[in-house]
Amino acid sequence: MTDSYDAIVVGAGHNGLVCAALLARAGKRVLVLEANEQVGGAAITREFADGYSVSACAHLLYQLQPEVRKDLKLSPRLASEDMTTIALCADARPIRLSAGSVEGVADKDAEQYRRFRKRMTRFSDLLRKFFNKPPPRLGTKDFKDLFTLGQLGLDMRMLGREEMQEFLRLIGMNIHDEVTERFENPLLRGAISLDAVLGTHLGPRSPNTILTYLYRLAGDHGRAAIPAGGMGSVSNELAHAARNAGVTIRTAMPVKRIVIDNGRATGVETVSGEQFDSLMVISNADPRTTVLNLIGAKYAETGFARRITHLRAKGNAAKLHLALDGLPAIKGLSKKDYAERIVIAPDENYVERAFNPAKYGESSPDPVIEITFPSFCDETLAPTGKHVMSAVVQYAPYALKGGWNEAAKAEFMQTIISTLSEYMPDIGQRITASELLTPADIESEFHISGGHWHHAELTLDQFLFVRPVNGAAQYRLPIDGVYLCGAGTHPGGGVSGAAGRNAARTILKREKAA
Amino acid sequence: MSLVREPVHQGRLKTPFYPRVEKLDTVNQWHEWKGYSSPDALYCSEMEYFAIRNGTAVFDLSPMTKYRITGPDALDFLNRLVTRDMAKVKPGRVAYAVWCDDQGQVIDDGTIFHLREGEYRLCSQQRHFAWFQAAAIGFDVSIVHETEDIAALAVQGPTSFSVLNNMGIQGLDALRPFGLMHVDFQGAEMMVSRTGFTADLGYELWMDPVKALDLWDALFEAGKLHKIRAIGTEALELARIEAGYLAPYEEFLPADETIRTGRSRSPFELGLGWLVDFKKPNFNGRRALAEEKRNGSKWQLVKLDIDGNKAAHHSYIFAKEKGNKDEIGFVTSAAWSPVCKQNIAIGTVLAPHGKPGDTVWVEVYYQREMHWNRAMAKARIVDKPFWFPPRRGATPPGPY
Repeated sequence: MTDSYDAIVVGAGHNGLVCAALLARAGKRVLVLEANEQVGGAAITREFADGYSVSACAHLLYQLQPEVRKDLKLSPRLASEDMTTIALCADARPIRLSAGSVEGVADKDAEQYRRFRKRMTRFSDLLRKFFNKPPPRLGTKDFKDLFTLGQLGLDMRMLGREEMQEFLRLIGMNIHDEVTERFENPLLRGAISLDAVLGTHLGPRSPNTILTYLYRLAGDHGRAAIPAGGMGSVSNELAHAARNAGVTIRTAMPVKRIVIDNGRATGVETVSGEQFDSLMVISNADPRTTVLNLIGAKYAETGFARRITHLRAKGNAAKLHLALDGLPAIKGLSKKDYAERIVIAPDENYVERAFNPAKYGESSPDPVIEITFPSFCDETLAPTGKHVMSAVVQYAPYALKGGWNEAAKAEFMQTIISTLSEYMPDIGQRITASELLTPADIESEFHISGGHWHHAELTLDQFLFVRPVNGAAQYRLPIDGVYLCGAGTHPGGGVSGAAGRNAARTILKREKAA
Repeated sequence: MSLVREPVHQGRLKTPFYPRVEKLDTVNQWHEWKGYSSPDALYCSEMEYFAIRNGTAVFDLSPMTKYRITGPDALDFLNRLVTRDMAKVKPGRVAYAVWCDDQGQVIDDGTIFHLREGEYRLCSQQRHFAWFQAAAIGFDVSIVHETEDIAALAVQGPTSFSVLNNMGIQGLDALRPFGLMHVDFQGAEMMVSRTGFTADLGYELWMDPVKALDLWDALFEAGKLHKIRAIGTEALELARIEAGYLAPYEEFLPADETIRTGRSRSPFELGLGWLVDFKKPNFNGRRALAEEKRNGSKWQLVKLDIDGNKAAHHSYIFAKEKGNKDEIGFVTSAAWSPVCKQNIAIGTVLAPHGKPGDTVWVEVYYQREMHWNRAMAKARIVDKPFWFPPRRGATPPGPY
């Protein structure tokens, strides 16, 4: 039996839902097929131990774009917002970073930080403008593309001569050079380095980690929030908006393949053998999964398939969930601080050293950790008096030597707990249950090839005009009727909805032109 | 552990036939062909040329790049790689083919031998292993570079059939052009194909290098009374132009080596539209070629019959003799053809110029005692190859 739609979205990740909702609101008959039981992709809340729930993958909301909120009339309820980042130190008082200021450092550093953030904010605002536009094609005569390109140049020039030069100087640079040049406080250097590399396969000395830092700021100036009910509530709100717009969402329906006939998409076939017809298939899956598994390399052009094969998309961040029978004591922190974002990155070299083994397929013996206690502000996540810790742990390379077997996971878990214990001496006794998701787990549970948050590394060679690869940067694959709308496309990952919205707008604009 | 390492071979390689070719060489004029030494000429390229057209010419084509393509998806892989439909090429047949990049621009041309069911050999001038590996992503296919493992000779000319017959090869009379067969040569298997680069009656012999010298000796013994001669590349090049065949770096640049846009060519622009089969659902360059088919091509390959006897090497082509400053194209290969008694050339012109029967003008430069002269020569665009004798296709071939 076959069923016919104007558009089929493969994957109900947040970008897929945004894209589907916008297409449906433009009058399209849209079907969303999701492999998992829940909608949301990597933006879900799920129970990991009896009575304990957590945002299973993405846990902080930075970047949900105002344009997306406005278009879909979203107003996610937040349990905690405008979070301060507290950088822990094993033998000294922590420091506190917020969007414009830092506490606990010398005046000179505080002033430098204020200036640094001001400049970074100007640059990230420039980037943000382009996050909500499809990237222009290079070497084209299309007026729209040239206009966007011209605007990028003009906006850059409008920064002023000196600032433009500074922007161009910094954009390819590494964060290490910038923080060591500017700041003296090691905690400050470490915390900024962590922000630049979190979720990537990059260390502070890797090129273009200023770009990744700017990317983090480009949402809400780097202000992090925790949605009430976890990240799943954002996805549920999106799914609600999509259904209201007329989208059909079917969960537990993994797609086996995108059917290509004579060089164009004609629909999809599910693992269960159902066929759905549509001349437009939009993949929320990552580019590698889309081209190599769902379409099949043989149906793509050789050069394009080769570029996709070479896409760098190996995750290096693990996700740790702990069920705790009470809040652990943390040196130098008061009670209300548990609502904030806590990081373990005592200095920039600590972060780089943590990255070193990852280059050779080994996990960090002294990992970098970003910690939240979502249950502190949201009682729905844990039984009364108990708590949940949600942490991002780096580095845990996707391609671990010997693979991520149970022994390797147990060993890494031990490493993390002993690192945490240096700052939270009683953490070991507080744990009643735990869950560790390595990139390999993220790959299998969330169907992201390589288990990378961003679906494709956020580097200049996979950015803007060439994201994910040359020939697919305008959400369109070089196969008629197939589009991408996930984190692997411009601008990238994070719960922003920008890629989904840009994809929908590109598709609708193309239809209008045709 | 010894500190002395095995010497690594450096410099040019020698083909399995080198000891014999070298013995016949009198002019010591060699060039490099994909790592191997290959002769320009052995005594006199004009005389060698006449061996192709009047006797039997033997050319050592061992340096020709060869890949063995096997596996369950061998046919599907080839169909994805090349523009023509390989399903139509049955075992025992050979197909000329081109392969394109994503933009539908020709990377190279070559011949594909369907050796046995599902087992192929692809021969080309250039190396393409990386591209083939990329094209094989998603296919269950094995691609093995076998240039070194196969010794190959081209045996071309009107008496070539008689020579091979004398050598005791059975069943040759039934072998049609673009056919191949496996025969026994002194207890080893040899593949014989009725193929070549000369548009004349001719064969190519392919076998294990171990027997190479025995094969050479048997061949020359059998050809004694049939004007058999070893030849170099210059003679073959002249025959190639007469045949109207394309040569990479002459008629086109491999698309993966061009830097400037517009310097590569599509199959349509090379007059190879007949090799593009849109009935195949997917092959490299299909999208771009379909678009070109709809919108028209920029360039058109032409064969020119030029007045006069001065070869029009590297000449510009004009639409009119006078009053037209803008050239419409240029000559890519040119020669005085001894066998056709014609001044011939292959060139490329901007479409829609270049229709068969059109007249164009070629600006020929030639030197007389240091001084350069320039002549505008009238040229006709011809459709057919300059040299295409009936004996090329006759089966069984005549016993010349």
